[in-house]
Amino acid sequence: MKEKLKIVTNGLLKENPVLKLVLGTCPTLAVTTMAFNGLGMGLAATFVLICSNVVISLLRKVVPSQVRIPCYITVIATFVTVVQMLMKAFLYDLYAALGVFLPLIVVNCIILGRAEMFASKNGVVASALDGLGMGLGFTLTLTLMGTVREILGSGTWMAGLLEEPIFDLSGTIPPMGILSKAPGGFFVFGCFMAAAIALEKIDGKKVKLGCGGCPSAACCPEAQACAGGCEGCGASAGGEKDAAGQVVETEVKTDEPGKGE
Amino acid sequence: MAVKLAAIFFSMIFVDNYVLSKFLGICPFLGVSKKLNSAVGMSVAVTVVMVIATAATWPIYHYILVPNELEYMQTIVFILIIAVLVQLLETVLKKFLPPLYAALGVYLPLITTNCAILGVTILNIDNGYNFAEALVCSAGAGIGFLLAMVLFSGVRSRIEEAKPPKCFEGLPITLVAASLVSLSFMGFGGIIEAIFGV
Repeated sequence: MKEKLKIVTNGLLKENPVLKLVLGTCPTLAVTTMAFNGLGMGLAATFVLICSNVVISLLRKVVPSQVRIPCYITVIATFVTVVQMLMKAFLYDLYAALGVFLPLIVVNCIILGRAEMFASKNGVVASALDGLGMGLGFTLTLTLMGTVREILGSGTWMAGLLEEPIFDLSGTIPPMGILSKAPGGFFVFGCFMAAAIALEKIDGKKVKLGCGGCPSAACCPEAQACAGGCEGCGASAGGEKDAAGQVVETEVKTDEPGKGE
Repeated sequence: MAVKLAAIFFSMIFVDNYVLSKFLGICPFLGVSKKLNSAVGMSVAVTVVMVIATAATWPIYHYILVPNELEYMQTIVFILIIAVLVQLLETVLKKFLPPLYAALGVYLPLITTNCAILGVTILNIDNGYNFAEALVCSAGAGIGFLLAMVLFSGVRSRIEEAKPPKCFEGLPITLVAASLVSLSFMGFGGIIEAIFGV
């Protein structure tokens, strides 16, 4: 039981997909202009993550490893289509606000990364819990970032959830519009990442960014196998040492962006 | 017509820059922008795949999916087309154009899951562009990506020398720098309307 709980809590801070593993950066930056959009995006991704993890875990003995990436993509794309149709029917405003980033959940590195790294190697229950934990970590980060950007950028909080925002400060404090625009996204994300590193430092644990945290690190040495899962790898890692000190060479001679130490 | 195409092209590069204002393709932007030559290689590969993917997905959407009322299959069909195309391109380049493969080949496997590619194909449909506009829009998006990558690789080489606070080292300070680059691109707002009058 304790182990099961650990799988879930892992995703929240220790292996937070956005702040620590640096995956799924595009939706993180794009939809967090409003806290509610962040929450909606996070929940949609969580749903896809849990479902695809379960299905991929069930299929892990059936799918031949040469074609696994296309198989995973098809499974994920199916669930994304389900989410798209449900959201279009019941939450049209949110559907419109998320726009192109809803179908883009398909290429979200978190989902493919967890499929490759966890679900293809573990049982159904563990995979579902991993999906839940990672999804909650993603949702939490997105909602928090959305909160900061919405309160400072437009002075409201959770506009869109109910008919009225939970509170509205825009009358008393002039909102800083820049924070809900593109530069604000990069800036707040940078600050959040720095905060996560600082928190980890207080904990006394070493920060690891780069290949160690990269979910695709496992598949990196195999050049072809990289095909799908390695976007996160090319981005957050790329031919650097992973946590265990084992050298993970990718074909692409890139440099990892996050030199944690 | 030509004016409209030019307007789309330049607005994709400067105003609606995919990386800096629409947040598509952030992963390679942060991952591969450290060195100038890898930044250029990646961007050229992305541009090529973007244009080819648009040329393939646009007709399939309008001539196969729409007549059969299968629009809801868009996401699945598009991602599979892109995955197949990238594989195909890799094989063809390897066989017939080895020098080009040597230059771009390593970036190709990473491109399948690049959200800028799927993003541009979907946005072309969403915006209701015709075939020519869609192609121009994809080319513009790719060149905008190239511009952002090249500019940012310059910025990054300066950051390497800087000494930010401990917890900002690495990726956080890079993101803050990206925020400033993106701020400078906001200055292009309105320029397209002023020049082309559309």
